[in-house]
Amino acid sequence: MLKIENLHVGVKGKSEILQGINLEVNPGEIHAIMGPNGSGKSTLSSVLAGRDDYTISAGTVKFDNSDLLSLSPEERAIKGLFLAFQYPVELPGVNNLYFLKSALNSIRRARGEAEFDALDFMQFVKNKLKELEMDEAFLQRAVNHGFSGGEKKRNEVLQMMVLEPKLAILDETDSGLDIDALQAVAKGVNSLRDPSRSFIVVTHYQRLLDYIVPDFVHVLANGRIIKSGGKELALELEEKGYGWLVDEKV
Amino acid sequence: MSAEQNTILAAAVQKSYEHGFVTDIASDTIPPGLNEDVIRLISAKKNEPEFMLEWRLQAYRYWLTMTHPNWAFVKFPPVDFQSIAYYSAPKLDTDRPKSLDEVDPKLLETYEKLGVPLHERARLAGVAVDAVFDSVSVATTFKETLAKAGVIFCSFSDAVRDYPELVKKYLGTVVSYRDNFYAALNSAVFSDGSFVFIPKGVRCPMELSTYFRINAANTGQFERTLIIAEEGSYVSYLEGCTAPMRDENQLHAAVVELIALEDAQIKYSTVQNWYPGDENGKGGIYNFVTKRGACRGARSKISWTQIETGSAITWKYPSVILQGDESVGEFYSVALTNHYQQADTGTKMVHLGKNTKSTIISKGISAGQGQNAYRGLVRVAPTAQNARNYTQCDSLLIGEKCGAHTFPTIEVKNNSAKVEHEASTSRIGEDQLFYCQQRGLREEDAISLIVNGFCKQVFNELPLEFAVEAQKLMEVSLEGAVG
Repeated sequence: MLKIENLHVGVKGKSEILQGINLEVNPGEIHAIMGPNGSGKSTLSSVLAGRDDYTISAGTVKFDNSDLLSLSPEERAIKGLFLAFQYPVELPGVNNLYFLKSALNSIRRARGEAEFDALDFMQFVKNKLKELEMDEAFLQRAVNHGFSGGEKKRNEVLQMMVLEPKLAILDETDSGLDIDALQAVAKGVNSLRDPSRSFIVVTHYQRLLDYIVPDFVHVLANGRIIKSGGKELALELEEKGYGWLVDEKV
Repeated sequence: MSAEQNTILAAAVQKSYEHGFVTDIASDTIPPGLNEDVIRLISAKKNEPEFMLEWRLQAYRYWLTMTHPNWAFVKFPPVDFQSIAYYSAPKLDTDRPKSLDEVDPKLLETYEKLGVPLHERARLAGVAVDAVFDSVSVATTFKETLAKAGVIFCSFSDAVRDYPELVKKYLGTVVSYRDNFYAALNSAVFSDGSFVFIPKGVRCPMELSTYFRINAANTGQFERTLIIAEEGSYVSYLEGCTAPMRDENQLHAAVVELIALEDAQIKYSTVQNWYPGDENGKGGIYNFVTKRGACRGARSKISWTQIETGSAITWKYPSVILQGDESVGEFYSVALTNHYQQADTGTKMVHLGKNTKSTIISKGISAGQGQNAYRGLVRVAPTAQNARNYTQCDSLLIGEKCGAHTFPTIEVKNNSAKVEHEASTSRIGEDQLFYCQQRGLREEDAISLIVNGFCKQVFNELPLEFAVEAQKLMEVSLEGAVG
């Protein structure tokens, strides 16, 4: 589904942030990417979603056999790539329900699928809200505007559940969440688990991985994946920290 | 912001006005120039009573002593007042398009996008009225309903002829011809406009819209509107429309006066979408308007809502004089400037009575090289015990070359007053756009979504069907080459 080869990424005035990333994600797999602050985790997420603050100096990324890096952010979304933002953006005055419906219908239109009408969509969203244990009042608020940290993250997961992507990247969705919110987020992700759907879960801590059990864990440090393993690697990291791996490498 | 994104943004705000000026042959036009004879001629052509002519002449003589004001945050070459023709008779039907088939298809396309009803499209495009039977029949029904309620709604010229005592009693009592340069000019040469009278205790049975005013096609460039709401009455008045209007005059200097007596309410909504000039800032309407309402009676209320997207230059401050105790003034405004458009707009709330309240919500959107200024005055007189004001002005910038400016003035002479002012300026962020795009929205749709969100507080004040139109208007105004 996703194949990253030798990806080098820099940002103006700084040295390369990603220095040759290789990663393959197959349908149905959950990959966790862990690593210390400044290791390039968020850069990787942003580059995959199509943020253009970065310069890509080498490497290729294939997504469902198309060249991901040549697509605009909305084309990537239409192809089924979703990014749950580490810092969800506020859109004052933009009704949450309207935003969700516009986004879904924009994608469906581009795919040549029938658009949802207001009534059907309302029913569809209400079911998703129930799964996430979210209040319906949520829909009538402005997108992320005045939301608490936890509400913003839940809202990201709600959007993910509405858009039903093929590949979802969760960029530190667990940061700043209390245990209830964390469980709700995990519940949402797990409800979407499917042999044809993949996840990349970017996180600092092992905690989230108790609820979203990964097939693979990768450690990102200094712009490279320095170790990959199964879910037990996350536990090892929790116990020992990142220091031993980074030192070992040096 | 990256170069590519700048280009896309630029394209998104580069939407051109869908039609240019149409040069028609007008008949019976006084040659350009202004002097007392011209004013006498205008008055004579309209068969006006003597008092009207006298008033015009007084205004003209006063205007001669004035100099052009230069305090606004707008730039334009000096206006040559001797090069304007001050009277033009209504066009002959033979000079107008006979049917919609003769109208510029691009204009029709805009109407389609805005969802303008068919019978209105013809009128807006200047099709000869006789050909537009739909509109005539609608207007007739409308007139009958109003007459039953005792509401007077007619052209200003008709009012001068049919209700001279009402006109004499109220004209110029809110905006004196001495008020300002353009008010004086308007008073001297005004061509036509609307007159509304709501008798005591009557709730006007429908929204009064300039759509339905008979003879509305040729109100010309110096429009005069007078609305009187007697004790306990209510009226909602809609001016303009979202569809671009054909107009050959560059300078527009209108005067609007509202008078609300005890317990009366006037809600005045404007959507202004006149020709803004091309993307290089050539051409376009100068819209220099004086709008003011007087809350004369206790517990009266005047509410202005305006959506300003057109004109090369907009210069207007719909204001309220809060004279009656416990009277309420409101101002809700969205002003959008794109390309080289300039807007200097805002309001004045003058608190005279006790327990008077005012609310100001101003939303300025600047794109391209547009310049948008909010200018406001909140004045609390010594007599205005317990006056309250809340002001919020927000500016939204799209792109790097536009500007937003805020000039608030607060004068409080009574220490029981409470005056609050909040202001914010934000740019449509790369972050916001990226977020929307990541969810599958095209960049243009994302911009229009964000802009509409920004304007929501004001749109909510519009009558429902107008609010829907306004939202579409913002979309169309910000549309790029695509679609």
